[in-house]
Amino acid sequence: MFPRALWRVVAFLVVHSAIAASAGTADHSKFDVLKGPFTTAEDVTEACSTCHTEAAGEVKKTIHWTWDGTNSFTGQRLGKPRIMNSFCGSPISNEPRCTSCHAGYGWTDLRKTPEENGATVDCLACHDGSGTYKKTATDAGHPLYSPRVIGGVTVEPPDLAKAAMSVGPSQRENCGACHFNGGGGDGVKHGDLDSSLTDPPRDLDVHMAVDGANMTCSTCHTFNAHIPSGSRYMTTAVDPHGLDLPHDDKNRATCESCHGAAPHAEAKINDHTDRVACQSCHIPEFARGGVATKTLWDWSTAGRKDADGKPVYIKDEHGHLIYSAEKGDFAYGENVRPTYLWYNGTIEQTAITDKLDDKIKDDVLTLNRISGGPADGKSRIWPFKEMKGKQPYDPELNTLVVNHVFGKDDSAFWTNFDYPKAIAFGMNYAGLPWSGKIGFIETRMYWPITHMVAPKEKAVPCSDCHTRDVDGRLAGLGGFYMPGRDGSRLLDALGYLALFGALFGVVIHGALRIVLRGGHRP
Amino acid sequence: MSHKRDVMIYSRYERFWHWSQAFLIFTLFFTGLAIHGTHHLVPFGLAVKIHTNAALALIALWVFTTFWNFTTGQWRQYLFKKGVFKVIRFYAWGILFGEPHPYKKSLQRKQNALQSLAYMTFMTLIGPALWSTGIAYLLYNSWSHYAWSTTGLWIVALLHTAAAFAMGAFVVIHVYMTTTGKTPLHYVRTMITGYDSIELSEVEEAYIEETKSAEMR
Repeated sequence: MFPRALWRVVAFLVVHSAIAASAGTADHSKFDVLKGPFTTAEDVTEACSTCHTEAAGEVKKTIHWTWDGTNSFTGQRLGKPRIMNSFCGSPISNEPRCTSCHAGYGWTDLRKTPEENGATVDCLACHDGSGTYKKTATDAGHPLYSPRVIGGVTVEPPDLAKAAMSVGPSQRENCGACHFNGGGGDGVKHGDLDSSLTDPPRDLDVHMAVDGANMTCSTCHTFNAHIPSGSRYMTTAVDPHGLDLPHDDKNRATCESCHGAAPHAEAKINDHTDRVACQSCHIPEFARGGVATKTLWDWSTAGRKDADGKPVYIKDEHGHLIYSAEKGDFAYGENVRPTYLWYNGTIEQTAITDKLDDKIKDDVLTLNRISGGPADGKSRIWPFKEMKGKQPYDPELNTLVVNHVFGKDDSAFWTNFDYPKAIAFGMNYAGLPWSGKIGFIETRMYWPITHMVAPKEKAVPCSDCHTRDVDGRLAGLGGFYMPGRDGSRLLDALGYLALFGALFGVVIHGALRIVLRGGHRP
Repeated sequence: MSHKRDVMIYSRYERFWHWSQAFLIFTLFFTGLAIHGTHHLVPFGLAVKIHTNAALALIALWVFTTFWNFTTGQWRQYLFKKGVFKVIRFYAWGILFGEPHPYKKSLQRKQNALQSLAYMTFMTLIGPALWSTGIAYLLYNSWSHYAWSTTGLWIVALLHTAAAFAMGAFVVIHVYMTTTGKTPLHYVRTMITGYDSIELSEVEEAYIEETKSAEMR
């Protein structure tokens, strides 16, 4: 076994070699081809490709581009065009809005692959170092090319030449532009990813804080030929490979990759690592950075208008939208204690085409079913964000439905507020069968929590789980013995009876001795 | 003629054994109840740390004491003796009315029949039940990969709990019994100083004085 000191040295070298590599030997501001001017962002990609001849080809093989992948654990075909979530539902028929987060330009029709659709790779989204490049929300991945009034404010287009000359390794802002804003806004979807991680204090993220390890996303999410490591579709729930050395398996997106399998000084704490994911103790709460995450989205109430026929929007005292005519009711959470589940890395998602019958229990549809249990030998207790939803579905065919929300047409829900029209459009566009009936079903979705790792002194104390309190963190997780929580009521009753029986007996005996003056042994 | 003399009946090692064992058992019982969830006077993590270290210390003490018991021949003190029921009758009834104890303490027989039986139970049943399940629990991770480990852990934990309650009841009665000497604190004093007043025959007295085989005052 590695001594701890050596582990620290290896971790230090790995982290710092990654940081040192970011310096590079080329100054991109000195390349004539990057000085522009550029008419479109696609021209920038072309300029990049004059040197990085294989880069775009590599990107086209990654999930950032294809939005298509097959889960090798379940065989299920995944990707945003197929899988439903409890936020916006499906991106199909809403493309120019949803594909604003595609690593390309011009994917306007999700029924086709990006290539079939004539889309091109976006280098700047991930490599812009100027902080000025921004894919606008509604143009299928393009930035603005001319000033536009958005929400009453005139937004200037980015200076593409400036962005092109600034390129370098991905920074937090690059990844965050999409991943912090999943679900349509800052912190909405994941709970452990939001803009507070751009410059987090040490208490929020010990790895990314400047006064912590000062890492970026890609320090852990290592990329190999542009293919990212670390996946919520196929989680490495236990990493038996442990410590990663340079030129090793190049999957550094697990805690074990740097910390090994026995990172604690105390043996009894290390005894937990086979059954409890690092995240369960080291991320005491999510959404800790001052950005609230959405915990409930009820689509069934959407569409309300006031007396003047204007769509209703209501904000709470924190300025969070709690009702929107476009989207329904919302609830938010900050500093949320996770939900804990046994998890072996396998999640079964719900596709648009899936029959829901066996996925509904007690009138609640679980959109992603987390596999694992205390006895399968492959699971650990993982923290999750539980997302509650209520979504439109087809009660007759028993499938979820495509809700056409975005677009300048007479059907999009966000402009017309008419569910039958919007869903008819969406299902027709997607080419899926629909009975014409609309119901709303309550849903749950579980998002594994793995970011916002707190410093060790802020880790979850033992007694948060090892307690009989019904509010204990693991109170709901059965099937195994845990000291401090479990026991036998019968045994306890007998035990206390014996204990207090003995106590009572000697008190009586002693009293009798005194009363009867029996005295002591002569 | 026989005389009552103060003779050292508990050697320095026996007293060290007794009091360190007492201290460790109280520590273990207290922290064990904290781990069990009975009280929250010590935080769980600290309770586990103390409990584990105290258990290891007690096991070391017991290993050494077992060695001591066999090399000194003191183990014979714990063998079964006749007259258990007489002693039980005395503690249940006779003591209340000032009857004399049916048992005479001697150098060779420090314990009465009930004591021997109780300590024997302590050493061969309660003690081993605690340390065997405790060690199995400490080493859980070396057997956690077996399919039966989930059930196994339950069994280990429940046996440990059951044995701990038995130990608790034992200690309650044991502590009370210390008050049944000449004065309520007589036995405690004996266990501190090591000396008790023992009836010696003239021959025994002379032998001890001559050979200094035991300390006498």
